[in-house]
Amino acid sequence: MTEEIIIAGFGGQGVLSMGKILAYSGIMQDQEVSWMPSYGPEMRGGTANVTVILSDDKVSSPILTEFDSAVVLNQQSMDKFESAVKSGGYLLYDPNGISQPSERKDINIYKVEGAKIASAMGNAKIFNMVVLGAYLKMKPLVKLDNVIKGLKKSLPGRYHNLIPLNEKAIIKGMDNLIEVQKL
Amino acid sequence: MKELRLMKGNEAISEAAIRAGCDGYFGYPITPQSEIMEYLMLEKPEERTGMIVLQAESELASINMVYGGAACGKRVMTSSSSPGISLMQEGISYMAGAELPSLVVNVVRGGPGLGTIQPSQSDYFQATKGGGHGDYHIITLAPSSVQEMADFVGLAFDLAFKYRNPAMILSDGAIGQMMEKVEFDEHRPRFTNEEIRKNTPWATTGKTPDRERNIITSLDLDPARQELHNIKLQAKYRKIEQNEVRFEKIVCDDAEYVFVAYGTSARICQKAIQLAREKGIKVGLFRPITLYPFPKNEINELSKKVKGMLSVEMSAGQMIEDVLLAAERNIKIEHFGKMGGIIPSPAEVVEALEQKIIGG
Amino acid sequence: MEENIKKDNIRKEENLVYIKTKLMTDKVLSYCPGCGHGTTHRIIMEVVDEMGIQSETIGIAPVGCAVLAYEFMNIDMQEAAHGRAPAMATAMKRLMPEKFIFSYQGDGDLAAIGTAETIHACNRGENITIIFVNNGIYGMTGGQMAPTTLPGMKSSTSPYGRDVATMGNPLKITELIAQLPGTYFVTRQAVHTPANVRKTKKAIRKAFENQKLKKGLSFVEVVSNCNSGWKMAPVQSNEWMVENMFPFYPLGDIKIEGELVK
Repeated sequence: MTEEIIIAGFGGQGVLSMGKILAYSGIMQDQEVSWMPSYGPEMRGGTANVTVILSDDKVSSPILTEFDSAVVLNQQSMDKFESAVKSGGYLLYDPNGISQPSERKDINIYKVEGAKIASAMGNAKIFNMVVLGAYLKMKPLVKLDNVIKGLKKSLPGRYHNLIPLNEKAIIKGMDNLIEVQKL
Repeated sequence: MKELRLMKGNEAISEAAIRAGCDGYFGYPITPQSEIMEYLMLEKPEERTGMIVLQAESELASINMVYGGAACGKRVMTSSSSPGISLMQEGISYMAGAELPSLVVNVVRGGPGLGTIQPSQSDYFQATKGGGHGDYHIITLAPSSVQEMADFVGLAFDLAFKYRNPAMILSDGAIGQMMEKVEFDEHRPRFTNEEIRKNTPWATTGKTPDRERNIITSLDLDPARQELHNIKLQAKYRKIEQNEVRFEKIVCDDAEYVFVAYGTSARICQKAIQLAREKGIKVGLFRPITLYPFPKNEINELSKKVKGMLSVEMSAGQMIEDVLLAAERNIKIEHFGKMGGIIPSPAEVVEALEQKIIGG
Repeated sequence: MEENIKKDNIRKEENLVYIKTKLMTDKVLSYCPGCGHGTTHRIIMEVVDEMGIQSETIGIAPVGCAVLAYEFMNIDMQEAAHGRAPAMATAMKRLMPEKFIFSYQGDGDLAAIGTAETIHACNRGENITIIFVNNGIYGMTGGQMAPTTLPGMKSSTSPYGRDVATMGNPLKITELIAQLPGTYFVTRQAVHTPANVRKTKKAIRKAFENQKLKKGLSFVEVVSNCNSGWKMAPVQSNEWMVENMFPFYPLGDIKIEGELVK
């Protein structure tokens, strides 16, 4: 099994940390992983993206132009990465940031109201965890308890009190995945 | 016991340095490698092992702090990215001349000039051909994974002390910024004062009655003696070329073609191999791990067995000059690369192989 | 009578007034006759000798006339790249805090190409000693203008005299670094008379003692002559120094125990 994922959105949406938690979750179930961010000044308020690869084998290239799954969280990212999803692959987006959804017919498309759910839960910062939950529902690659273990590894100790909230957000995301187009 | 972590390549360098018994790190911030010093400052290695970390006023100061520390027999290092490494060339040349062991990490970004902060491999010439003034080489290791970023720190120190010569880890922004699993060795102790006196008797540790004074210099105004010193340095480089070549071959046994690539490009090529083989093209990868000493003989042997070689580099084509010098000339050898911080895609690499080598 | 003035009759214990310290090698100094470098070398080595710290002292030679200082000082030494000695000294002291570390630098080395290293080592308060020999000219390369060349003073790159409008003013680096909180002891001395030599030696001793007490950075400027570069006879050059250099670079302590001298 190899899953090549791009997660893309605005800086500050938690794109990089969502990828990091996913990568840690992979490690928790003995997978090979890589996490390759876009870096530089564009991260601050501009667009941010990260390529995460989970694999049973050694990861070859950490930098890719085609992906099994894309998680896009703003319109720029939709424009940039919609075409990069492999035929038969998966696209997940939050309609809150997207004015022009994908018109591709050869991929599976899902959405999740991540921003709305997070603000309803009273903490906009857990937006990325809602999206992560939706992604894991769409692609059940890692078990929830490995994600929680990954969260613990990835978060500094002083934030561990937030783990139950994060777990709740992930479950909320799982419960609120909406199928747009299934092949 | 080995310890498993998920880390950026830059952070792996820092953690490995603490564990390699490094005595001092001296650096100046520059993207995309600032995490190296940030990690060290956060980690307080002085409390863990006694290792000193100091943010210098410039790369010039950093490299000369390394010079001063190395001359005292200490395991010392610095890190920077391309423009900063250019500034350090003076100090690196002095250390090569004075035969001082040290570690310089270059997390390469695109140039020339201020260039870009995105990954590149355009400092190959600078790293492998000397870089500064005078006839010299530094041992150059090219990691292609976060694990190797960690592993090569200890290796670089060992080689540097074995040959009394600066060593460089030539990485790039992609490997520096990427996170992967990494396993760490247990801590190696720092050298004790007794060990320094015994193992590096040339070091300036203070003149005791039992020995003559030690002088660390790269200066000798007498041309005859300076020539002798240069001859000695060259003999050392020949020894390094004989003993320290490192490389990796991936699916070369049945290969009709090979990619020659290091670092990030070698990772891209591994994916390109998968894509090409799905198309029925038998291609392998030859990955130099030491760029200096360059695996000339191995490239030559391989060139007798294959129909063509594609040197894949994130540059205008620098390593290809060494490939051309090493290989037999009756096969097709071309360069494919991207510049200015662009990383080629695996598909582009396959396309280049098809167009420049197979169809060319 | 002839018998009495033979060398062996003079070299007797009771006639001894001076012995060269063993911490100066027997190598003939490469400095021009009349130059202050040799005297400065000697008194540093005398201080190291008298403190009994030869095995704990490591010096750094500059690029400039004193580039070969390590030939003359019988201690472990490093030869720096031009201007970088304070950076080297920083690392050496941090890595070996129990040792005595000093840099020996000229005006071009310390106050032109190495200004950044000088200021930052001073500002960090590195627990080291910097000996700064200021003769207002680049001696080794043949008498070019230095950062400390006086206004109107001729050099091979200011052949009509230093024009401050186009060449800038001489840099009083010692006054400048005295302002920094990291400097503990800053003084300006000379070595052209026995009295001044004694004063300078005292200052150098204090600078080394400060290292022992971990007080921070001690900075001893020695205003000196360059009879070759100034194109004067040794005695004349010393007179010229007293008349021209001292008014611009007045001798005396500038900062004692971390306090500026009023």
